[in-house]
Amino acid sequence: MKGAPPLPPLARAVVAGDRRALAKAISAIENGDPAAVPALRALYPRTGRAMVVGITGPLGVGKSTLLNALVAHLRGAGRTVGVVAVDPSSPFTGGSVLGDRIRFARDADDAGVFFRSMASRGEEGGVARATQEVVRLLDAAGFDIVLVETVGSGQVDVAIRGIASTSIVVVVPHLGDEVQTLKAGLFEIADVFCVNKSDLPGADLARRDLAELVALGRPRDGWAPPIVLASAIAPSGIDELWRDVEAHERFLDADGRRAALERRRLAREIVGLVQERVGRELGARLERDPELSALLERVVRRTIDPRAAADRLLPSRPARSRTR
Amino acid sequence: MARSSKTAPIRVLIAKPGLDGHDRGAKVVARALRDDGMEVIYAGLRQTPEEIVRAAVEEDVDLIGLSILSGAHMALLPRVLALLKREKAGRIPVFAGGIIPDEDAKRLRKLGVRAIFGPGSTLEEIVTTARRLARGAQ
Repeated sequence: MKGAPPLPPLARAVVAGDRRALAKAISAIENGDPAAVPALRALYPRTGRAMVVGITGPLGVGKSTLLNALVAHLRGAGRTVGVVAVDPSSPFTGGSVLGDRIRFARDADDAGVFFRSMASRGEEGGVARATQEVVRLLDAAGFDIVLVETVGSGQVDVAIRGIASTSIVVVVPHLGDEVQTLKAGLFEIADVFCVNKSDLPGADLARRDLAELVALGRPRDGWAPPIVLASAIAPSGIDELWRDVEAHERFLDADGRRAALERRRLAREIVGLVQERVGRELGARLERDPELSALLERVVRRTIDPRAAADRLLPSRPARSRTR
Repeated sequence: MARSSKTAPIRVLIAKPGLDGHDRGAKVVARALRDDGMEVIYAGLRQTPEEIVRAAVEEDVDLIGLSILSGAHMALLPRVLALLKREKAGRIPVFAGGIIPDEDAKRLRKLGVRAIFGPGSTLEEIVTTARRLARGAQ
């Protein structure tokens, strides 16, 4: 990194492979600690190297067990792996039980793996607000592959699509009839389908339903998601599953697809960050700033409508009509 | 780096070192801590002291709770404490629960186990102590 300024201490420790520093930096990101910002900023040029693979699917389909089997497979091939496993936070207390580590069975001294559990902290879509930046940190720390396991809440667990370059959607036999596969959401984001617990009866029917879904669909940018039968506990099908993940990664590398995808995502991320900040600042000012609270008051009294109030807050004139 | 704000949830590792399979106590405590708003990393059964310390470091926890009903507490708990020190994580408080005779409990406290809960302990007692220990560490 020629000409780059020296890294701040926390970033330097992360790059040097200090696991405690990495863990502390992840906490700082999760907690919105300002100390995380300079570290992330300094590390950003070192990101974009790891292969980021998402594992999603309804709860109980064996995502954690599959993840553990994939880690074992990848370690066997000499690849280093960072793991982020997300579980839900309680909407009532904010507490959570993060149980994905139960399935994690690596040698305690294997430095080639780093496993972090993460609570969703009120975020919907299957990952936490901090997940993207934590993935980036693991990327900068030098892990070859970053695996992200989503919450597993089901049909709307789709935010992983904005983070991973390949998303594995995991299902099991008897999850539902073929109509389930027609529904929007989860099944649309699969780059690779995995029918887990395929030692159980009904695995072939599940595969056929998915095959029909894939055959009926218009392949997204020319990619038809392959369907792998696996059993994470046997384990079987893991090699094939990973081969299909790599095939999808090669597909992205062809014809500039990866660059285009990355560009779209980063644009979305910037917009998201601006929205978040503007929303937060404006929300606070609507109550505190006398002029703005007067405006709010007029909406409350039904003198003007919320859209008119929003128009007044925007620096530019609102678009009168939008065409698509 | 300290926790930046008091509002960051407490992170606690709950695990069962050793070979006994009686995990009901650990699960009940995990649930109670969750209901108190903590993020509980539940590592489950048959964890070695090495795995527990690794999890504590990677998960950056504020507190470790270990449940042992096998009688092996005098071997397992001091080993966890020693490994934590070796990993420069000796400041993470450790509490224990299970069947631990009074004289052993006394020695374990001297070695650095911060609280020990036997049969008959209330969840309220455990949660309050856990909160106090974790906040002390932050």
